Amino acid sequence: MSSRCPERRWVLGAVALWAVTLGGCERERRGFHDRVPGTPALSMVRQSDLQPGPRTADAAVPSPYDDNAYAVSEGKRLFNQYNCSGCHFQGGGGIGPPLMDAEWIYGSEPQNIFATIVEGRPNGMPSFRHRIPDQQVWQLVAYVRSMSGLLAKDVAPGRSDDMQVTAQEQQTTKEHPVKSAVPPSTQRP
Amino acid sequence: MSEPRRSELGARSPGPRAVPAAAAAAAPDTSESQWIIPAKNYASTRYSTLDQITASNVGQLKLAFSFSTGVNRGHEAAPLVVGNTMYIVTPFPNLLYALDLTQPGAPLKWTYKPDPASASQGVACCDLVNRGASYFDGKIIYNTLDAHTVAVDASTGKEVWRTKVGDINQGESTTMAPLVVKGKVLVGNSGGEFGIRGWLTALDGKTGKLVWRAYTTGPDKDVLIGPNFKPFYPSDQGKDLGVSSWPGSAWKIGGGGVWGWISYDPELDLIYYGTANPGPWNPDVRPGDNKWTAGIFARRPETGEAIWAYQWSPHDLYDYDGINEQLLLDLPVNGQTRKVLVRPERDGYVYVLDRATGQVLSADPFGYITTTAGIDLKTGRPKQVEEKRPQTGKVVRGICPAAPGVKDWQPSSFSPRTGLIYIPHQNLCEDEEGTQADYIAGTPYVAAIVKMYPGPGGHRGEVTAWDPVARRAAWVVKERFPVWSGTVVTAGDVVFYGTMDGWFKALDAKDGRELWRFKAGSGIIGQPISYRGPDGKQYVAVLSGVGGWAGAVVAGGLDVRDSSAALGFVNAMKDLPQVTTKGGMLYVFALP
Repeated sequence: MSSRCPERRWVLGAVALWAVTLGGCERERRGFHDRVPGTPALSMVRQSDLQPGPRTADAAVPSPYDDNAYAVSEGKRLFNQYNCSGCHFQGGGGIGPPLMDAEWIYGSEPQNIFATIVEGRPNGMPSFRHRIPDQQVWQLVAYVRSMSGLLAKDVAPGRSDDMQVTAQEQQTTKEHPVKSAVPPSTQRP
Repeated sequence: MSEPRRSELGARSPGPRAVPAAAAAAAPDTSESQWIIPAKNYASTRYSTLDQITASNVGQLKLAFSFSTGVNRGHEAAPLVVGNTMYIVTPFPNLLYALDLTQPGAPLKWTYKPDPASASQGVACCDLVNRGASYFDGKIIYNTLDAHTVAVDASTGKEVWRTKVGDINQGESTTMAPLVVKGKVLVGNSGGEFGIRGWLTALDGKTGKLVWRAYTTGPDKDVLIGPNFKPFYPSDQGKDLGVSSWPGSAWKIGGGGVWGWISYDPELDLIYYGTANPGPWNPDVRPGDNKWTAGIFARRPETGEAIWAYQWSPHDLYDYDGINEQLLLDLPVNGQTRKVLVRPERDGYVYVLDRATGQVLSADPFGYITTTAGIDLKTGRPKQVEEKRPQTGKVVRGICPAAPGVKDWQPSSFSPRTGLIYIPHQNLCEDEEGTQADYIAGTPYVAAIVKMYPGPGGHRGEVTAWDPVARRAAWVVKERFPVWSGTVVTAGDVVFYGTMDGWFKALDAKDGRELWRFKAGSGIIGQPISYRGPDGKQYVAVLSGVGGWAGAVVAGGLDVRDSSAALGFVNAMKDLPQVTTKGGMLYVFALP
């Protein structure tokens, strides 16, 4: 006896039957040809908390992989393969800023992180537009959020295959993101 | 396992001593009141002949004036003094300030703003530093982070010329202090952690136009190796070794930047400079000697033609960039005075080379070493300890010294009065795992995870007074943090340096006793200088402003929960944020 997973718009082809719980079903699904949201429209990516008058609702941009452990582990692999770890290391920062703390210069929402990876940022984040496929960008987005404990414990990566230099993402304290930290260029005299 | 230890002695016994190479010790500035290049002179002694401040009165030093740079990254530069003006270059955004020394409080005359590309911050390994400017022909010449060299009129602060020398999208930046020799501005690139191809470039001092460029890697015609190339060691002789000592075309992304110091011998007419690490750090990816990275070249300044070369670390295993300062001394060796080049090297040895031929005359440890069992003087090659070789997928522990070496860029000084070299340096070890290498232009190309920690004794820094004739330390001062500032030594027999928790210290040049200290607002990683002011008094000046690789944890606001942050240095510096904040200041001292 088995039950089907709910249909998801970005799932292509026949969905195999799963003999697991709904959550586990989604957590372990391996999407190799997912149709994912493309670059969020500008209207979906809020950059400032300052808004005249009442705040309008934030656009609901789906983050396709925040609940998918396989995709997040792929994000971890890609984080090293695309040399993100060369600037951000395992979240502590170095050339680039830390990704494991609460401070987000350009926003911690999935669409903010996606836009940062695709468009770059003025003070040294390169633009990977047309360099990394959108599906992989979303996998990176989910992994980056796991570094500061923003994903569920059963989705975030556990054991690392490399030298232990930080707590596993699964064990990180959930941070409460602080937006609009000061970008470096505003610190020049 | 080989763990050579240094001897520590008391007072130095009398005997023959080293002296600076005579011609190089004066050029390019014969006026002893000034400081017109960061190394003070072509011999790079960083020695001031001023002697008003002495071991007996230095305790009375007072702050004469100060100046805020307004920049909060690591300040590694030496201030310059030309005539009655002091010039300061800041970290990115690389402002140039001119201060009027004739007025009380040295007010600001002008500021030059080069407006380097903000994106260059993304290809700056190890903080957004700048190591200083040089004065030449009425111009202040320095590099901006985004791989430009600028020349600014020293009187007016107007830009005279600007030359783009590298491409940040290939991972290139420029942080070193240029040296001007025979009207040629010598500039090298940074980016060994980004898979750049290293080079030294000569620009015309009047126009900024390219005169020659000598690559570190690649075919002989690119490296400017021709018929007059006469390296001392057989392994350095041969054709196109900059290609054949690499797998495939890996030399094109093989690193070997030139981000450190240059010295010049006017008698031999040779410039000497070191080349940085090969890329990537993981040595499994690049079998072969990886020439001419982690080495040193002697070249003609007018043409760039290579005369000799030597590699400190063939097939470098540990990121031991070979870019430290060269002290040009005349030294008694086996009863005969030799023209030598002395280098306290990253791998932990004080090398003495014949500077005419590149022969290694001696190499003695000045720090704790597990990676090598000495230097083979017959072949010039290090005796590598196999157990410490980094490997892909394996964690190798107890690598000493760590990647920044026993000593990094921070320059030593030498006093002809004491015959001692005052070496600021580290005491650090690391664990390292090699990982898969992926080259993407303009992104890091390192392929290693590193975690650094204090070496034996638990102190992380030292100032060692090294006797190059006796080949041993005369005295050693231990410091809590890596001593990431330069030293300056004066004819009054006082040595000055700063600590990363913000102390500016004066030691007795003879025995290392601490004579005076001052607490600055931020940690000190700058290069102190000493000059005579318009009032005839001797002054000592230094920039504070913690940062650099060692201080990136503060300057970059890094997260110490990640031991591998900042290429592993954060793990060794977790307590630094507790004792200092960032922010650049100039401090200038004099006797009352």
